[in-house]
This record gives sequence, C-alpha cells and structure tokens, in this order.
Amino acid sequence: MKRLSPWLLSMMTLGYLFLYGPILSLVVYSFNDSRLVTVWGGVSTKWYGSLAENEKLLSAAWLSLKIAAASATGAILLGTLSAIALVRFGRFRGRFVFSAMTAAPLVMPEVITGLSMLLLFVSLQQVVGWPDGRSALTIAIAHITFATAYVTIVVRARLSQMDLSLEEAALDLGARPLRVFMTITLPLIAPSLIAGWLLAFTLSLDDLVIASFVSGPGSSTLPMVVFSSVRLGLTPEINALATILLVTVAVCVIFAGRALRQRDQK
Amino acid sequence: MKASGLLSGAAGRRLITAIPFLWLVVFFFAPFLIVLAISLSRSRFGIPPYEPLISNGALAVRPDNYLFLLGDPLYITALANSLQIAATSAVICSLVGYPIALGIARAPLRWRTPLLLAVVLPFWTSFLIRVYAWIALLSGDGVFNQAFLALGLIEQPIQMLHSSFAVHLGIVYSYLPFMVLPLYAALERQDIGLLEAASDLGAHPWRAFLTITLPLSLPGVLAGFLLVFIPAVGEFIIPELLGDSGTIMIGKVLWTEFFNNRDWPLASALATVLLLLIVAPLAWLEQLRLKRDRARR
Repeated sequence: MKRLSPWLLSMMTLGYLFLYGPILSLVVYSFNDSRLVTVWGGVSTKWYGSLAENEKLLSAAWLSLKIAAASATGAILLGTLSAIALVRFGRFRGRFVFSAMTAAPLVMPEVITGLSMLLLFVSLQQVVGWPDGRSALTIAIAHITFATAYVTIVVRARLSQMDLSLEEAALDLGARPLRVFMTITLPLIAPSLIAGWLLAFTLSLDDLVIASFVSGPGSSTLPMVVFSSVRLGLTPEINALATILLVTVAVCVIFAGRALRQRDQK
Repeated sequence: MKASGLLSGAAGRRLITAIPFLWLVVFFFAPFLIVLAISLSRSRFGIPPYEPLISNGALAVRPDNYLFLLGDPLYITALANSLQIAATSAVICSLVGYPIALGIARAPLRWRTPLLLAVVLPFWTSFLIRVYAWIALLSGDGVFNQAFLALGLIEQPIQMLHSSFAVHLGIVYSYLPFMVLPLYAALERQDIGLLEAASDLGAHPWRAFLTITLPLSLPGVLAGFLLVFIPAVGEFIIPELLGDSGTIMIGKVLWTEFFNNRDWPLASALATVLLLLIVAPLAWLEQLRLKRDRARR
C-alpha cells in the first residue's frame, strides 16, 4: 500500500477540520460563562442547569422523542413490507409506480412534502372528519411516510444480498412460510432493521419543516422550539442542548460500530 | 426471480404489497393531486383559506396563481436564485468532497470505515444545530472576524452572516456527506493497477489523476451533484438563517406565502413549479440511462 501523498493528506485534514470545527465550537461555547455566544467569559456549566429548567424545551424534547419512536416503528413495518415486495415478488402489476413512490420521498423538498401533507389532512378532515385537527398524530403520520423511503432502501439492500438457500432448505423440510420468516429471514435482516429504525428515528427527531406544516397548537417539536429561539437570537442554552445531542449520537455510533465489528469477527 | 416461498399464498403476497402501497398512495401520492387542485383555486378568508374547486355544481378552475407567479419578478428571481445557489454549492461541494473521498478510498483498509463514519457522523446530529453553529462563527463578533481583526487583515468586522457567501457555505457544509459517499463508492471500486501502470510508464501523478482517476469517477461526481443539488433547490432553513434579501430561495418564498401571507393556493402553485423543476432533470437522466442500457444490449 502506497502512502497517501502529502497534498492529499493535507486536503483531507482540512476537509475534516471543516466538518468538525463548527461542531467543536458549539461544544466549547456551551461551557462559556458569558451570555454572549461569541465572547468568551470563563468556564461554566450554568447553561446546562438552565437547560434543565427550561420547561418548554424539555416538554418539546419529550414530545419529539415520542413522535420519533412511533414514526420509526411505523416506518420499519411499512419499509420492511415494501422491501420484501420489491425484492421477492418479482414483477407485479404496479411495481414501477410502487418502486417510484418508495424512492420519491428521498428527493422531495421538505416544503413540498409538508405543504402537501397538510392539505391532505385538511381535506380529509373536511370530507371524512378525520384527523380531528393537527396534532402529534399528524406529525407522526407525515414522518412515517417519508422515513419509510429510507427504511425501504436500507432493508432492500440487505434482502437482495441474502442467500436464499437457507429459506429454501427450511421450506423443503416442511417449515411453514411464516415460521421460515420468523426464524430465518428476520434474524438475517435484523441489522438492517436496527439501522433503518435508528435512521428513521434520527430523521424524525431532526425534522423542522414538515413538522411545522402539519403540527397543531400544543404540539411543538424540539426543532420547532429551537428554531423559534434561534430566530430571536443566539442563546448558549442551544449550545448546551447541541452538546448533549452530539455526545448521545457519538456514543451510539461508537457502540454500534463496536457491536458490528464483534459480529463480523465471529 | 423464482418464487422464494417467503409467503407462498397469493393472498399473503397481495397483503404484503397492499399495505405499504395503499399507505403511500393515500399519504404521499394523493396529497400532490390535492396540491395541484388547490393551486388552481383562489385564496379567501376562512377555514380552509381557499375557495372550493366546485361551486354551484360548476368546476371553478383558475390559472390565476401561475399567471401571477410568471408576472411577478420576485418569484422568477427566487426560482433563478434557487437553481443558481444549489448548482454553485453542489460544484463547490464536489471540490471539497473529492479530496476527502479520494483520501478515504486510498487509505489503508482498516482506516476506511472509521474515516467514512467520521464523514457521516455530523449527518446524524441535528441539521438545524449545524446551521446554527455557523451563525455564531460568521457573526460580526464571531471567531472569523475576531481572528481577521487580530491579524490586522481587516480594519472593521466584515459582513459574512446574512450573505450569499453564508448561504453557499451553509449548503456545502450541510450536504457534504451526500457528496462524499457516492464519490467514495466510485473511487473505491477503481483498479489501482491502472495508476501503477501509468506511473511505471512515467506519467506524472497529476496526469494519471486527470486521465484515469477523474474520468472513471465521473458517475460518482454526477450522483453526488444530484444528491446535493436536489435537496438544496428547495432548502428553507439555510437561506432563512444565513441568507439575506439577495438570497431568497423558492423554499423560503413558499414558506412565507403559506405561514405569513396565508395564501395556500399560491403556495401550492409554487410547490407545483418547484416539483416540475426537480422532476424534469431526473426524468431526463433516467431517459439517458435507459438509452444507454438499450445501446449496450
């Protein structure tokens, strides 16, 4: 293996600095004593304390977590079903439309998805009386819909690489299809299900635009609260929140990476 | 593919397909038809804030909103801005992302996964918070202005936040992982033997790069460009937080029409136009791909 050329190495280093510099600055300034986000006033953890007392932010965070868990679970169910249909069922009528619909949410601008979902909910309410107003439920439905596309891609990739002979052997030995699915297929695609669930969870937790369109009074998610406070001005509390989020994500990724490596070594 | 026997019954298969299919038809496809319909309506005071399409048994379809969009330079400018900013940012993104992707692809095998993870990691944190980080950095008394002042490069703080520069920077920063991943996929597949042969024959590394590595990675460049360009065209958060009146993008205009002016039909017309702008290049690429596949056969 040839060594990387110094030029490439320095460009790469600059690239990673660009990626992590702003994030590092967020973390550093979360420990700033000063109220001004840009002026250093000594080390302090007071913003973490005031974050813990910010009822509005905390309740929004709790709501966001609940919506994210529900959306990720819904998206896993729908995404797995569509992946199975696309990988295993060969050609069927409407396959092209189906495949296009599972991929389209990936490239759809959020403002369009948000607006169209809202207009759907308003029209549905007029015609069938459901959903009754906008709430956490409408946010979850919108999130399930766009996260399903991501889950489908992740699970589909795994399913199409899978060795079919195990399933066929089990079927030949007389196992019922559902049992084959539960004891062979499901454990084999489990890593992609976990990855898909986490991806859907993160996407839902992060979404500002779609949630703003389809949320109702009293259902402000965390990004919505953060956004309105950022518009009013910078506050170190947001830095503290960002740091907590970053640490959580980093810990999760490191653990997942280690688990995957151990699995591979087996 | 032969029947795998996962769920052998035809009824079971139909059910597995029908559940996600119906969900997507109701919650993804149908909404676009509603957007299209409402874009042909007119706004009014009331709930909902648009006139019904069918009144007194007659269909009341009006192209007014589209004519209005075409007639007002604000919307044309916003559309042009969106395309220009998204395209320029995607090009800059490819310039920033290429060395990173190339470096990862040429790094020792055991380093590749951690390096790649490090590129994707910021994507898993909040988008909003990553944009927020730049507000503090670029502001009048932010790190850059303070450093430039201390170095004596500038006499007084320069306006970096709320500018075209900040919007481009924000897009490049936020969408960089989307560029690096397809580039890496294209570069990693390349046969190193080709480069070795070129070097044995006396080609300068730069020349080998320009005649071998770069041309072979062009599909990855194109994929990365689209993955950055498409979401960036409809971007709302970045122009809202980092931009100014000169960088109004279509996503922001749509947001304002909807939330501030409560003009739902006009917002719907904007959504339709934006959708066409995105679907058209994708359809064109798909056409090209099909033609190439046919030519190969």
